[in-house]
Amino acid sequence: MDFTITKEQILLQQLYKEFTEREVKPLAAEIDEEERFPIETVEKMQKYGMMGIPIPKKYGGEGGDNLSYAMLVEELSKACATTGVVLSAHTSLCAAPIYEFGTEEQKQKYLLDLASGKKLGAFGLTEANAGTDAAGQQTKAVLDGDHYVLNGSKIFITNASHADVFIVFAMTDKSKGTRGITAFILEKEFEGFTIGKKELKLGIRGSATCELIFDNVRVPKENMLGKEGKGFGIAMKTLDGGRIGIAAQALGIAQGAIDETVQYVKERKQFGRSISKFQNTQFVLADMQTRTEAARLLVYRAAFNKDNGIPYSKEAAMAKLFAAETAMWVTTQAVQLHGGYGYTREYPVERMMRDAKITEIYEGTSEVQKMVISASML
Amino acid sequence: MRKPEYTDVFVFVEQKNKKIQNVSLELLGKACDLAKDLNEKVTAVLLGCDVENVEKLAHFGADTIIYANDKELDIYMTEPYTKVLTEVIENKKPDIFLFGATAIGRDLAPRLAGRVFTGLTADCTSLEISEENQDLLMTRPAFGGNIMATIVCPDHRPQMATVRPGVMQKIDMDTSRPVNIEKVAVNILPEDKTYEILEIVEEKTERMDIQEATVLVSGGRGVGTPENFKLLEDLAAELGGIVSSSRAAVDVGWMPKEVQVGQTGKTVRPNLYIACGISGAIQHLAGMEESDFIVAINKDETALIFENADLGIVGDLQKIIPALVEELKVAKQAKNQ
Amino acid sequence: MKIVVCIKQVPDTNEVRLDPVTGTLIRDGVPSIINPDDKSGLEAALVLKEKYNAHVSVLTMGPPQADLALREALAMGADEAILLTDRAFAGADTWATSLTLAKALEKMEYDVIITGRQAIDGDTAQVGPEIAEHMKIPHVSYANGVDKDGDSLIIKRMFEEGYHKIKVKMPCLITALTEMNTPRYMSVGKIYDAYREKEVKVMTFEDLDIAKEEIGLKGSPTKVKKSFTKGAKTAGKLYNDLDEKEAAKVIVEKLKEKFII
Repeated sequence: MDFTITKEQILLQQLYKEFTEREVKPLAAEIDEEERFPIETVEKMQKYGMMGIPIPKKYGGEGGDNLSYAMLVEELSKACATTGVVLSAHTSLCAAPIYEFGTEEQKQKYLLDLASGKKLGAFGLTEANAGTDAAGQQTKAVLDGDHYVLNGSKIFITNASHADVFIVFAMTDKSKGTRGITAFILEKEFEGFTIGKKELKLGIRGSATCELIFDNVRVPKENMLGKEGKGFGIAMKTLDGGRIGIAAQALGIAQGAIDETVQYVKERKQFGRSISKFQNTQFVLADMQTRTEAARLLVYRAAFNKDNGIPYSKEAAMAKLFAAETAMWVTTQAVQLHGGYGYTREYPVERMMRDAKITEIYEGTSEVQKMVISASML
Repeated sequence: MRKPEYTDVFVFVEQKNKKIQNVSLELLGKACDLAKDLNEKVTAVLLGCDVENVEKLAHFGADTIIYANDKELDIYMTEPYTKVLTEVIENKKPDIFLFGATAIGRDLAPRLAGRVFTGLTADCTSLEISEENQDLLMTRPAFGGNIMATIVCPDHRPQMATVRPGVMQKIDMDTSRPVNIEKVAVNILPEDKTYEILEIVEEKTERMDIQEATVLVSGGRGVGTPENFKLLEDLAAELGGIVSSSRAAVDVGWMPKEVQVGQTGKTVRPNLYIACGISGAIQHLAGMEESDFIVAINKDETALIFENADLGIVGDLQKIIPALVEELKVAKQAKNQ
Repeated sequence: MKIVVCIKQVPDTNEVRLDPVTGTLIRDGVPSIINPDDKSGLEAALVLKEKYNAHVSVLTMGPPQADLALREALAMGADEAILLTDRAFAGADTWATSLTLAKALEKMEYDVIITGRQAIDGDTAQVGPEIAEHMKIPHVSYANGVDKDGDSLIIKRMFEEGYHKIKVKMPCLITALTEMNTPRYMSVGKIYDAYREKEVKVMTFEDLDIAKEEIGLKGSPTKVKKSFTKGAKTAGKLYNDLDEKEAAKVIVEKLKEKFII
């Protein structure tokens, strides 16, 4: 077993750290407070080749590995979980499925700009009545000559307000259930395609989570991703990969909260001494770091498996389940160790605690992860 | 090892706008100590054009003043100065040659050491003569001030060192000392000017030089925001001092480089140094630990600065400084009554 | 235009701590970085590269691990990297170091050599000017700005209270200040290229026209006689349970006692 990272990854982590410290961290509180999408950060990430790390160079990416990509989501999320999910949704949920399931023409037309960061991507599966039960899709796509005509709506779509390219799932044959779902690539300019209301959320408040509305949207046939009726499989495979991104986001939130707490407990004094001198502080910190390190091993292994062509569906589910619950637990402890100050917006741990919660919910709730994991056992 | 043909302690005298710089007088003070231990003489080497108060060099310890007075030497340029000093070294064979660790000294000394093939030790904080073999023991900080190293230059002469401004102390001025000026002729050729000065810009800063201040209120990253430095300004004003800063506060752009204290900034030794929100990285301590009285205010009681402070207060500087300003006002009033 | 930037890999001295018990240097876990002044010198070279299509090489002398610093330079945009490494170079002072670097530079093509003003682990500011002296080319130190003008460079050369605008003919050497610029980030793609597309050329003693006596410890006029850590000054009184009013009173009393006010 080899737990060492490569020389490339040493330099990548150095880049990620410098970038996060100087470009991401200073904005984190502000975009949370104002619920503002960090578009300037996206432009900077494009400049430094961060928008398509695991996509091959010939399609505009960097030809890197998924582990290096996950490390970036982790590092960004240490300071700002919003930025982490913007990148994760773009890379894992939009660029990755086009790379994996798209035609050469689709790759040339869409992936090139997505992976190089010229365009931003989003992914639309969830509907008001189709959350965990993705088969309950009500958005319909009807073939009309060279086009499919889409009608319906999606909710909770990350990056929606700023994305240029969307992967959208719709029923082409309701009678076939999940086998009647088909994936499409939509452009924001398509007529009849509008972005609806933006959600007001507990956490990741800089992330634009919106409704997508399709009113007789004519999508050219060549924009069908994969084959007709294969959309459900594409969605599930895409979410397998997406979970590595979200697991990395949760991991980053946890580590970020620990780093803040370590600094705080050294400064904060009670009963005449630094609270870092109390055994309760020491023991809680030890638990926080141990659980986070365990989460890191799971996340890195899932990414490693994906990079090496080893099945990773179960591993990604375990990584997301454990990292998300760890993030929630660790951030709660971080607020507790900060005491009253931790509950105020003067310190970032309350934001981290709010941000952590979503990692237990989106891209498959913790319960869905348990279904995936147990299915591989029974 | 003593080399009998090389004698006397030489000091390069830095002048700007025809004015002799303080650091050179400080170096003369040190040179007097060294010369005494060696039973040798002190020579000041001055390059310039119609420099003011040349005799001052004798009053501050020079037994001889070698003076190259030429219009080509009015403004410092690397090659003309190197050429003249090379000739001085070849003709006079000094045992020791000291330079200020300034923007001029740190340009000239290495070029010269390279040419005459001798060793050069930068930024010495202590210079002594070895009792054992009369070599110059040059002690300087390394690793950002984390360790001290004593350097010798056993086989080459002169033994060259630079010393930062503020590190050595002048001797008391004695106007009764004889003034011996030895003029040297110089011959600067056009090709000796290896570069051309197109423009000279003086940026007179409003601020007093932090090395001249008797009270410094110094801020680090713990000050939190650039706006909070206003608190430090208030305190400094109340104490008749000025504000300086650590490298951390300069690195994040809160304070200008010219007020930075420490290994890569300036060395200061005020009567009072108040360190606010400064953790006390060793590179910082290297620049201020000689201060007469050090007060540290920091939230983190494990901060290294407390180990070097005469008085340490653990607490929030945003609250303590305003309270301190008030208390000082009260004290001042009481005194005036 | 061909530019060679000399860089040094140094321990981040901000992170170096002393063991409170033994007083020795704790170097474990201290990250190695490109010396800040050198990194600004590299940034200045990369700006010239963009503006005048210059070719930028980086040269470092150090142990094999210094490869990482060179890869970082490549990932910032340098075209070529050379690692000068040999046990024979060890123990060199600034004189021997600069001579060794000068001999390596003689094997390279250059119009401009850029070094940092000084390294944060040594703070001598000597190697740049000494390289120039060994190579018999002019140098301008403390550069806070550089641009090309025909066959010359225009340099903003800093002093304590202002600057000189200097014109110097190439070939020449300049020493760069961190204040000059903010070095760019590496990019993900260039990091991959630095390992996959580019190589670090290694030069050793054998490649240089120099004698063993002139380099390393033997070639160094200065020797370290001893090194030691400064014993920490004894801490004064530390108060950690005062409110701001009490704290202010304590400070004022102490300043009165010391006749500072």
